[in-house]
Amino acid sequence: MSFINKPRVSHPSSPVNALGLTRRQYEGSMSTLCAGCGHDSITAALIEACWGLDMRPEQVVKLSGIGCSSKTTAYFVSGGHGFNSVHGRMPSIASGANAANRDLTYVGVSGDGDSLSIGLGQLVHAIRRNVNMVYVIENNGVYGLTKGQFSASADIGSQAKKGDVNQSPPIDPVLLALSLGATFVARSFSGDKAQLVPLIQAGIRHRGFALIDVLSPCVTFNDHEGSTKSYSFTREHYHAAVEADFVPPAQQIAVDYPLGESLPVLLHDGSRVILRKLEATYDPTDRAAAYSYIENKLKQNEYVTGLIHINESGSTEFHTLNKSSAVPLNRIPYEKLVPGAAALEKLLTRYR
Amino acid sequence: MPSVATAPERVNDFVVKFANVNGTGSASANALIMKAIFRMGVPVTGKNYFPSNIQGLPTWYEIRVTREAYAARAGRVDIMVAMNAETYSKDVREVASGGYLIYDATWPRSTLLERGDITVIGVPLAQLVNTNFEGVRNRILFKNIAYAGVVARLLNLDLQIINGLLRESYGKKPKLLDSNSKALRLGYDYAQQHLQCPLPLRVEHMDKTRGHIMIDGNTAAGLGCVYAGATVGAWYPITPSTSLMDAFKGFCERYRVDPATGERNFAVIQAEDELAAVGMVLGASWNGARAFTSTSGPGISLMNEFVGLAYYAEIPCVIFDVQRVGPSTGMPTRTQQADIMECAYASHGDTRHVLLFPSNPEECFYMAVQAFDLAERLQTPVFVLSDLDIGMNDWMCRDLNWNDAYRPDRGKVLSAEELAALDKFFRYLDRDDDAITYRTLPGVSPKGAYFTRGSGHNQYGTYTEDSAEYQAVLDRLKRKFSTAVKYVPKPELIGKGDNRIGIVSIGSCDGAVREAIDVLAREKIHVDYLRIKAFPFGHDVENFLSAHSTIVVVEQNRDAQLRALLTLETAVEKSKVQSILSYSGLPMSCEPIVDGIRAALAEAPRFSAVTAKSPR
Repeated sequence: MSFINKPRVSHPSSPVNALGLTRRQYEGSMSTLCAGCGHDSITAALIEACWGLDMRPEQVVKLSGIGCSSKTTAYFVSGGHGFNSVHGRMPSIASGANAANRDLTYVGVSGDGDSLSIGLGQLVHAIRRNVNMVYVIENNGVYGLTKGQFSASADIGSQAKKGDVNQSPPIDPVLLALSLGATFVARSFSGDKAQLVPLIQAGIRHRGFALIDVLSPCVTFNDHEGSTKSYSFTREHYHAAVEADFVPPAQQIAVDYPLGESLPVLLHDGSRVILRKLEATYDPTDRAAAYSYIENKLKQNEYVTGLIHINESGSTEFHTLNKSSAVPLNRIPYEKLVPGAAALEKLLTRYR
Repeated sequence: MPSVATAPERVNDFVVKFANVNGTGSASANALIMKAIFRMGVPVTGKNYFPSNIQGLPTWYEIRVTREAYAARAGRVDIMVAMNAETYSKDVREVASGGYLIYDATWPRSTLLERGDITVIGVPLAQLVNTNFEGVRNRILFKNIAYAGVVARLLNLDLQIINGLLRESYGKKPKLLDSNSKALRLGYDYAQQHLQCPLPLRVEHMDKTRGHIMIDGNTAAGLGCVYAGATVGAWYPITPSTSLMDAFKGFCERYRVDPATGERNFAVIQAEDELAAVGMVLGASWNGARAFTSTSGPGISLMNEFVGLAYYAEIPCVIFDVQRVGPSTGMPTRTQQADIMECAYASHGDTRHVLLFPSNPEECFYMAVQAFDLAERLQTPVFVLSDLDIGMNDWMCRDLNWNDAYRPDRGKVLSAEELAALDKFFRYLDRDDDAITYRTLPGVSPKGAYFTRGSGHNQYGTYTEDSAEYQAVLDRLKRKFSTAVKYVPKPELIGKGDNRIGIVSIGSCDGAVREAIDVLAREKIHVDYLRIKAFPFGHDVENFLSAHSTIVVVEQNRDAQLRALLTLETAVEKSKVQSILSYSGLPMSCEPIVDGIRAALAEAPRFSAVTAKSPR
């Protein structure tokens, strides 16, 4: 970990967002992760994303399970509530919290152990329930806090620091999410902030479950020769297919996109994601095509990154299906919830 | 053909048991009989002994007509309606001497004459129904209504009331109403023409059910959650708790849907398992909604980890445990009180939880509301320990009442204004010196933000591995649990302050204990009775335990879990606490209590003078 405490006060010339807040005001407590950890870069991207979206800090709810990745919810947006729950069970906490108040922004941060082993069931069902949240998997193929065991995302043939070679096939969260009908599926790399920040912003504005798998090398246990989740391996093998630019509602699209290569997608709040297709034939709105494309690339040892799939219909989002009141459930006055004495008396005739 | 012997009259005090095959539609026929008796003003109980199965296995329904309004299982059967060939020989044996057996005489039975001490009444039910109805399904269904007609006539039930009930059930479906009325009449008329009616065991009008309803505990608890203002229910289906969430959902669909927009002021989430169900409750409660789950023992086992988090991170959480027979899958459709210890200390580490023990559906309603107030006042999990007998059987209860002046106790939750007035907010700082700290809700103010965690934390809410800081929080949690005594419902004391024997019991044992006290009183044996309504135990419990020379704890499990909890959590001397246990899976009856108290008296030499009179 780093031992240099950053001052809370920022330089007067630091840029501010629409709320008059500096980036510094979206930071959290100091990271206790290893110096050079990919997770810290993702934290920085989350800070940038929230600052850039002009989010009121208290509107951000940060949720996590257990593990190195799950600690990071303490490291950004200190003005928002955080909930570091139990191992693999963050999706249920997020589901309940979201059920109670549909107005807040829910950012879940998890790891490959937390999400793909102990918490696989909860992840799968949160996707199925289509809870409106961003779910970031900080994926490093290894258990850090317990010192270097393979996780369920470790590739066949990947070598552990102590020499063991992984034999079991990996669970790929992107393929998993696609197969489950997730409405927003993205992959990125902790070292590519330019790609990651707009993905997070689009994920936040997407109505429904937004899964972002972020390859995030573990400098201590999985950054060696023979690892397929090291910085060098990832840099060599990641392959951007669809870059996403995030454009807030009021903003004009400033860049000229070549016709046929860009695909604007309108999000429910009026903001847009402009998908820049680096592969001309790739269609991120076609789930089946996306699935086979990713799978083929994986066979060639290539991690496709970018906004892999998006479906902005919002029709299966939890509250939409539940026909929940527009007023969050936790803010409905008690008087509107209780049928009262007269209704009870009337009801009792059913039981006489 | 049947002969009806003349037996001594027993008006409004007997038991009819129906032996059926499940999935054949017998439940509505049995409920019809029970409801008719209730409407005649006669107190009645209905206990359903059903298999963990959808169709084809034996099932029994036991109606106790009880002019004294006893709530317990009677422990005897006076009239057996034997409609299941498979269990026939067992059912015949169960009839009390001098009792009656009603069977379908369409086919001969070789074992009929096994007992000479009961009256056997044969009715060619299948023949009656087959000649009057077409189709296999109809014939099976209406045979039930036909035997209900026979029983109605034999017991002298009011035909007008029964017809009224049929009209209420099938009023909107004239064809079904006609068929049911016809089937009922078939049985009724057959009995009228061929049998000596009524039996000496029969029902006569009373006026003892006015101001009462027949309701099951799960329905009452679900209704209680609506009145408590709960908006989020998360659950995983499990017998015998399923009907609780079903009831909540049903009431919400009635009372919580905006007629103009169709918008719903509630969310019922069927989770992937009980771990997720309770996780959702925590998430929703943490976020300021009143949230709950309903489950049974196996679900509690799965919820343990999250319950520990809720205890340590101080998140309100309401859990209904409708107990069934354990261990493991056990007997899912039978009743027990065997989750007491599991719930009291659920999860690893030092944890203790607030428990409520409703004794009937009426209390399920009120305690559901109390559970939310307690959970939010104390910021901790609260378990409502009901059981299958209370949850799934119809009990005669006093009318449920609601005071419109009630407002939920949301506990110490800081508003944006209160936060603005604070210098700095610390989540676990004991500002009021009552061991209960202030919490904040997400979305209200950046000043209220804190990091909720199950890892070691200090009173400021930050991570710690410092021994003293950790212990300070843990010690406060212990003090908080002690203060819970102030808020939980006080026990109910019955008796004249006799200091020899004191019965202590909980929950659905109540009916059996009260009945046993009456039986013993007729033998001039007087005992005091303390019904505990909650854990932690307060001074009233301590005083009762110390005031009596012998304590007899009545409960429905093998290992005397309530006794164990009392000996752990009070100053009572272990040696003076005895047990009367019932863990067969059937609701408790008064007999083991009467016998147990007699035995306790016989064993204690100082009581010999009292027991000299031979019982009964």
